[in-house]
Amino acid sequence: MIKEFKVTICYHCGETCDNKNIHIEEKVFCCQGCKTVYEIINKVELCNYYDINANPGLNQKIKNRPDKFAFLEDEKTQEKLIHFKDKNQSHVTFYLPQMHCSSCIWLLENLSKLDKGIIRSQVNFLKKEVSVIFEHKSVSLRKITELLSDIGYEPHFSLNSISTQKIKTYDKSRIYKIGITGFCFANIMMLSFPDYFSLGNIEEKGLKHLFSYLCLGLSLPVFFYGASEFFISAWKSVKQRFLNIDAPIALAILITFIRSLYEILSGTGAGYLDSMSGIVFFMLVGRFFQNKTYNTLTFNRDYTSYFPLGVTLINEKGKEIQIPISDLKTGHRIKVYNEEIIPADCILFLGKAQIDYSFVSGEAVPIEKGIGEIVYAGGKQTGGALELEVIKEVSQSYLTQLWNNDAFKKDEEKNTSYIHKLSRYFTIILFAIAAISATYWYINDSTRLWNAVTAILIVACPCALLLSATFTNGNMLRVLQKFGFYARNAGVIEQLSNTDAIVFDKTGTITLQNGASVIYEGEAMNDLTKQMIRHLAKQSSHPLSRAIVNSLPEGDRLSIKSYNEVKGLGIRGTINGCEVSMGSNAFVNNQCVIENAGGSRVYVKINDKIIGYFKIENLYRPGLKNVFDQLQKKYKLSLLSGDNDSERNNLMRFFNSDMLFNQTPQNKLEYIKKLQKSGKRLIMVGDGLNDAGALKQSSVGIAITDNINNFSPACDVIMEGKSFYNLAFLLDYCKKTKSIINTSFVLSILYNIVGLYFAVQGQLQPVIAAILMPVSSISIILLTTGLSSILSYKLKINTSKFGETHKTDINHTLS
Amino acid sequence: MSVIFILVGASLLIAIGFLIAFLWSVKTNQFEDDYTPSVRILFDNDIKQKTTKDHKPEN
Repeated sequence: MIKEFKVTICYHCGETCDNKNIHIEEKVFCCQGCKTVYEIINKVELCNYYDINANPGLNQKIKNRPDKFAFLEDEKTQEKLIHFKDKNQSHVTFYLPQMHCSSCIWLLENLSKLDKGIIRSQVNFLKKEVSVIFEHKSVSLRKITELLSDIGYEPHFSLNSISTQKIKTYDKSRIYKIGITGFCFANIMMLSFPDYFSLGNIEEKGLKHLFSYLCLGLSLPVFFYGASEFFISAWKSVKQRFLNIDAPIALAILITFIRSLYEILSGTGAGYLDSMSGIVFFMLVGRFFQNKTYNTLTFNRDYTSYFPLGVTLINEKGKEIQIPISDLKTGHRIKVYNEEIIPADCILFLGKAQIDYSFVSGEAVPIEKGIGEIVYAGGKQTGGALELEVIKEVSQSYLTQLWNNDAFKKDEEKNTSYIHKLSRYFTIILFAIAAISATYWYINDSTRLWNAVTAILIVACPCALLLSATFTNGNMLRVLQKFGFYARNAGVIEQLSNTDAIVFDKTGTITLQNGASVIYEGEAMNDLTKQMIRHLAKQSSHPLSRAIVNSLPEGDRLSIKSYNEVKGLGIRGTINGCEVSMGSNAFVNNQCVIENAGGSRVYVKINDKIIGYFKIENLYRPGLKNVFDQLQKKYKLSLLSGDNDSERNNLMRFFNSDMLFNQTPQNKLEYIKKLQKSGKRLIMVGDGLNDAGALKQSSVGIAITDNINNFSPACDVIMEGKSFYNLAFLLDYCKKTKSIINTSFVLSILYNIVGLYFAVQGQLQPVIAAILMPVSSISIILLTTGLSSILSYKLKINTSKFGETHKTDINHTLS
Repeated sequence: MSVIFILVGASLLIAIGFLIAFLWSVKTNQFEDDYTPSVRILFDNDIKQKTTKDHKPEN
């Protein structure tokens, strides 16, 4: 039974409780915050929340400061967030990244019970959004935000959410096109059947006319609406003097339509309208399949997604007011609280700045800044509040300048696709055949010339080639998604298969984000010693101290006397009458011994006796060594880190190629450019804003994230951290797509040869085209999906085998 | 045979009806969220009854 375990978990958030002091009846909470949430929910009888899923809540240990959402009082900000407003009602959509289970949906859809001013709320779970309709006379936007934040769902606002138009998740016009084209295709097909069955001799002339004119009418939306994108794309390619695959397709559609129009109007035949609309339909479906992106992911984030919406401004009278970040001007005095992001380049005026730039530079250690020093935008303050004076506007700051780099201006299309190259040969051969048969018929029987040439262009449409690429890549996308590998679109997969070098970032990419491995070696510690160490370490914000704090259990409060910190060396204090010091060997021994054993050691001395040391190392992602070993066979690997080189020795175990440390975001970008100049097509694997330039510059940028709803920089692929050990397999899998496309290409050539056999003789009956077209399209779809399913099955077996060996590996690292 | 004229017209009308239904459903965002409704439908409307049950000790 679970109850036999001594561990008590919080009724609200499911975290282990250190003590049972905070409780309501038999329900125990880990902190006051969780209890408050329970009280709010219980008061309005929404406790169903806890029935749907056990412990559904989110930890509430960190409290927000009261004025955090004051910026929502600003009219202009409100206007941008509220997307509909009339006399009584306002509609607003919040993004709540914390949403994770059905309990969340239930609670958030019952917001109206928590506040009478809320009329209705509706959740979109996949997008993690809740749209709220409220009466703005009785409740304000700020109040709703605070309510959400009180029950544990703090809405996320960023500059991005107001400055740009919301990105549409999918293109509706394409679905309309598919719907209408599909409708026309099916009906034209049905109306053409009688003609095929009677082999062109329908008894009643009236019926025959009715059918062909109905077909013609139905084909108009296909030709003018459904196929329009092929014409547009073909026209663009002709203007740029480059033949893409759409050019021969557009030509085939055009010729088919003209010839069918002529045949129907002159009464000489039934035309090929069914084949034409079929081709357009299948190709539209293929394109949709290929470009279907994920609702929940955004691949085009820039700095605006990271920056807060509101800033605390200190006005001339010394009062704190909230202004939108867009109103921030040079010379403004602002206040930045703990855990807040610095919005612009500033000069520090007041307070102790401990700025965490891990987000920007990858450097793990917070940087201390004194009064009068410049603080760059993008850093996160850890510690007390700061007063700053803005010296550059948001868009001009050091961080945001990265986005002015050329890498961000270049065209989205990184390379021309492989099928476009194939299609060029295809087109050349096609025209050659058409020309040869035209000369042949001109000499022998000029009446059949028109028939033969048009039939060749109709039947030899490279649509099967296009279909094979779109369906293979589209299917790949879905398979890769199951492995936590989310590609932006199908083109990315093709790009991946053409790469030959990989550049890794270190912090957060190959290391685990939540922490370091802390191993204690030395005399056994009793509970009191642990608490003494923990309390001393808690005083310092150095990452090593924080790692030690996290590794020790929480306990009773102890008071510390005469605490002092020697920067870069260690900390010292008196607790419970014992003098405790922690830090480097030299610090605790008052000696000068420099050692380099890989990773960092923190020695502990209590009352003149060194009791042992903590060994702190970066925790690398499980399976890292295997991933590197596998990749090294096929790719040139390199590692760029914004951090210092203290981990170099540790990394040597995994990695024996280029390693560069202390790299700024700009350095990383330059490095990628340098490699590209030497002819490498490379993949950049990174995680933070500091990699943003490199991710963009590389052929394919892969952003690793431990939570796909977190913010990842602009990239082509978002990959879940927990499936990192599969990386080598997944890349290998992408490479195999090319062979699938080639196989289906051969098949489509075979169909074309059959079609051409009839066409060069000028004998292409509509019924042959009508059979050949769907058969070739469907068989190619089946072939590509079949082959890629077989591949994905193999991939699954490989990765699960690999995963098994890793589970022991993971356990080993953790214990 | 002239009945076919009517039948063809009728079949087209029905098909157009379905096409319009499809376009309408896309327009009103019915394909926007294909997960939440599946959860929503399973929620109980009767909250009070549930909460009284909740106050009893479990097992």
